Amino acid sequence: MEIWNQIVSILPFDWAQPGQMMFMKIALLAVILISPVFGLLGTMVVNNKMAFFSDALGHSAFAGIAIGALLGLVSPLWAAVIFSLLFALGITFVKHRSRMHTDTVIGVFSSTAIALGIAISTIGGKSFAKFTKYLIGDILSITPGEIGIIAIVLVCVIILWVFVFNKLAVISVDASLAGSKGIKVFWVEAVFTAAVAMVVTLSISWIGLLVINSFVVLPAAAARNISKNMRQYHLYSVLFALFSGIAGLIGSYYVEIASGAAIVLVSALIFFITFFFRNRGK
Amino acid sequence: MMEQRGMHRNAASRNTGCGLCCTRIENFGVTIGGSVILHDVNMHIHCNELTALIGPNGAGKSTLLKAILGQVEHTGELKYLDAKGLHTGRPAIGYVPQSINTDYGSPLSVADLFVSCNSLAPSWLLAPKGVLAKAAEALAKVQAEHLLKRRLCTLSGGELQRVLLALALQPLPDLLLLDEPVAGVDEKGMMLFFDIVGALRQDYDLSIILVSHDLKMLAKHADTVVLLNKTVIACGTPKAVFSGKSFRSTFLPVQTEDKTLKR
Repeated sequence: MEIWNQIVSILPFDWAQPGQMMFMKIALLAVILISPVFGLLGTMVVNNKMAFFSDALGHSAFAGIAIGALLGLVSPLWAAVIFSLLFALGITFVKHRSRMHTDTVIGVFSSTAIALGIAISTIGGKSFAKFTKYLIGDILSITPGEIGIIAIVLVCVIILWVFVFNKLAVISVDASLAGSKGIKVFWVEAVFTAAVAMVVTLSISWIGLLVINSFVVLPAAAARNISKNMRQYHLYSVLFALFSGIAGLIGSYYVEIASGAAIVLVSALIFFITFFFRNRGK
Repeated sequence: MMEQRGMHRNAASRNTGCGLCCTRIENFGVTIGGSVILHDVNMHIHCNELTALIGPNGAGKSTLLKAILGQVEHTGELKYLDAKGLHTGRPAIGYVPQSINTDYGSPLSVADLFVSCNSLAPSWLLAPKGVLAKAAEALAKVQAEHLLKRRLCTLSGGELQRVLLALALQPLPDLLLLDEPVAGVDEKGMMLFFDIVGALRQDYDLSIILVSHDLKMLAKHADTVVLLNKTVIACGTPKAVFSGKSFRSTFLPVQTEDKTLKR
């Protein structure tokens, strides 16, 4: 943390001076660490048309947190992680077992989860106010201890991407083709789904379930507009995620708006700019 | 390891060039959810031979290919024996799928697909020169070397099938499975595809099983035609099968219906 403080202090912002606004510095570090995670995972979420799925995961995370709080756990976050994993498995299972359209299956699960979350959190006529922070999220509430968790998540996702990405890419083209190349399709998909579920759930209290999906989808969607191969796709996606994270956070400090929303607005802007320069033809 | 196996197999059968190595499908049966999709399927495929699989929709053609690939639970056995008995057991199988998810706008390039399939280097980070050179080599064999840098979603139906064919050649398989490779490909593309498949079969002594509805093309290019409808109904040279009784009774009436459905 000390080293980070010194690095930050060279920035020309008043909050960056030594002894000032500790929460801003921590938030900045958090954004720098978590943005690449969304940038990487987002590429395959978008390519596999799972945007709605990751949105539903946000809802399930909320239900998980409500259940955790009901059980009186000190940190309801871990209950949420377990619930999200079960939720993701549930969707995958129903999807494979029935011929229902994926959209419908996810819609059913998603609304059930959010209703369950609201119901549990208001048991006995309690006020919902305690839970609003999960709707909007607060990046500025990140503690130095949580930075450690984010760093571990980043390392895990990079390791996952180094070893599993190729397989995911082949599966996204054709599952049978992937199978003929010796890829264990079910397991690779399960690991990826679980990773997205973990990341979305862990970040829900910082980013908020209303905007979390934009974090996953927008940088990759923008990168897709202008990329001609996987390397460009990932490079732009991570860069866009980083840029909107940093610019949104710092911007929100001066304009005084919720940082999560500011970050999403910056990435939306990038999306529309890239849209006008998108790939056409070959 | 896969690669070594491919090369080893190649070395073993190249100089024999024989049609002696063979793949046997013995008593294949597939039952899904209580309904019998395939039963008692027996086939015997020699290398340097193009076996065409025909049959009405729902006859179990694609299922048979997936059973051979081991992706569908099945009864029966798949046996492979090369000419000198050097390499037995499961054959190395190359597979060209019927249609793939060519999601419009996806940045996956042909090169990315080759790196993802044939290398441990993560394709989002690296594009190793060696892998790309080998990919270009395989693409050249199917007259598609100019497609290496193109995105998959910008390829025409015929180009895509040739790219997938090149992909199935690395590592070199003993048995090549093609599931309706020319569906939706124009006449010119179809002729090119069959010419290429014919040349590959000769060059590498491949055993090929091909599912197709295009009887005219099969009459010209296939060595053996297998008429499948839950089990093998007829098997022989294209001429023999096409003029047979079972062909007319099971296939022709359904085929006209087939065509209207496809449109």
